[in-house]
Amino acid sequence: MNLLLATIKRDLVVMARNPADMMNPLVFFVIVISLFPLGISPSEEVLSEIAPGVIWVAALLSTLLSMDMMFKSDFDDGSLEQMSLTGESLYLIVFGKIISHWLLAGLPLTLLSPLLGMMLFVNATGLEALMLSLCVATPILSLLGAIGASLTVGLKKGGVLIAILILPLYVPVLILATAMVHTGVVAGNFEGHMLWLGAILMLSLGFAPLATCAGIRISLSQ
Amino acid sequence: MLQVNHLTCEREHRVLFENVSFAVQGGELLRVQGGNGAGKTTLLRILCGLYEEYEGEIDWETEQYPLYIGHKPGVKDQLTALENLAWLSRLAGSEANESLLRKALSEVNLDGYEEVLCGSMSEGQRKRVNLARLFLSPPEVLILDEPFSAIDVAGVSRLEEIMGQHLKHGGVIILTSHQTVNIDTKVRSLILGGSA
Repeated sequence: MNLLLATIKRDLVVMARNPADMMNPLVFFVIVISLFPLGISPSEEVLSEIAPGVIWVAALLSTLLSMDMMFKSDFDDGSLEQMSLTGESLYLIVFGKIISHWLLAGLPLTLLSPLLGMMLFVNATGLEALMLSLCVATPILSLLGAIGASLTVGLKKGGVLIAILILPLYVPVLILATAMVHTGVVAGNFEGHMLWLGAILMLSLGFAPLATCAGIRISLSQ
Repeated sequence: MLQVNHLTCEREHRVLFENVSFAVQGGELLRVQGGNGAGKTTLLRILCGLYEEYEGEIDWETEQYPLYIGHKPGVKDQLTALENLAWLSRLAGSEANESLLRKALSEVNLDGYEEVLCGSMSEGQRKRVNLARLFLSPPEVLILDEPFSAIDVAGVSRLEEIMGQHLKHGGVIILTSHQTVNIDTKVRSLILGGSA
C-alpha cells in the first residue's frame, strides 16, 4: 500500500515538473470539441444531437495522446527496468502508475466536461450523465491503454501502434458511454448503462494491471 | 551462490555466446570481458532476469533480487538526487531515512547536489546518484554493467573500496568493465567471444 502511494506521489511530482506533457492532451480535448460548432453548425438541434459522440470521441483521442507518457520516459531512462527488478511488487507500481495517469488525464477531462457539454447545448440531466459516464469510464481508458502502452514502450514509433491496439478495445466503452449520455438527455434514466460501464471497470481493474506487468516484462526483454 | 550451465544465447539470428558454464561463490568478483557486441550486457541482463531468450540453466542460491546498474542512468531527470535515491531505495524494499540517503550521496561526492534536479547534472553525476545505492546496505548480489564509465579517478577508487568491503562480507559482484579492477581479492574473468 505504501509502495502504491509512493508511486503515485513520484509520478505526480515528475508530471508537475513537466506540465506541458500534462496540459497538451487537455488543450487538445478542448480545441477539438470547440471546432465542431465552427465546422458543422452552431444550431442547437444539430449540436445537442452530436454532443455525446463528439465529447466522447475527443476524450478517447486525448487519452490516447497521453498514453505515451505512462511508461515511455521511465523506459528511456532505465527507471522501468529498476522497477521490474525490485523484490517489491511490480503489480502495485503499475497500479500506482495507472492511477496517477487517471488523475492527470481522466479526472481533468471529467471536470471539464460540463462546461463543454453546455457549449454543445446538452441539457441538465444529460450533463449529469456525461460527467458520470466520464467518471466511471475514463479509468477504463487508462487501464486498457496501459496494456497497449506497456507493449509498445520499447518501440521507436509506438504511438500509432498504441492506437491500433487499443482503439478496438475502447469501442464497447464508447458505445455504452454515448448511449448513456443520449439516454440521459432524452429520458434522464441511465442507470442500466452506468451499471454496464461499472462492470467493465471492475473487469479491467482485475485484468489490465496483470496484463500490463506482463507487457512490461516483454518490452524489457529486448 | 550462482551456478550457470551451458548457457547459449542467440540474437538476431547470430549466436552471441554458446555453451557458457561458470560458477560464482560468495566473496568472489567475476569480471565479464569481451569485445564490443560480445554479449556482455546481454549476459548480465540474463543473470538479472531481464532477458529471457536463452537456453541453459541459471541457478541462484539466493532469494534476493540483485542490485543492477545498467547503461541507462536509472534516475529521473525531473527528480532531485535525494528524491531519486529515496525512490530507488524504496524499490529495494528499505525505507532509508533522509540522513542515511544524504550520507550515501556524500560518499559518491555529491555534497550540495542533494536538491538539484538530475536533469541538470552531468552524465557522471547522474551515474553517481545511481551508484550511491551501493552505500545503502545493498543486497548480496551486485550486477554492474560498466560501473566506472564516466566516473573520475577518485570516484573509481572509492567504488573499488566499497566493492572490496562488499566481497569481504561474502557478497558477490558480477561486472563488466573495460578498465582493470584494482581490488585485493581474487578477480575471476569470464571471456566472451574470445576477442578480448
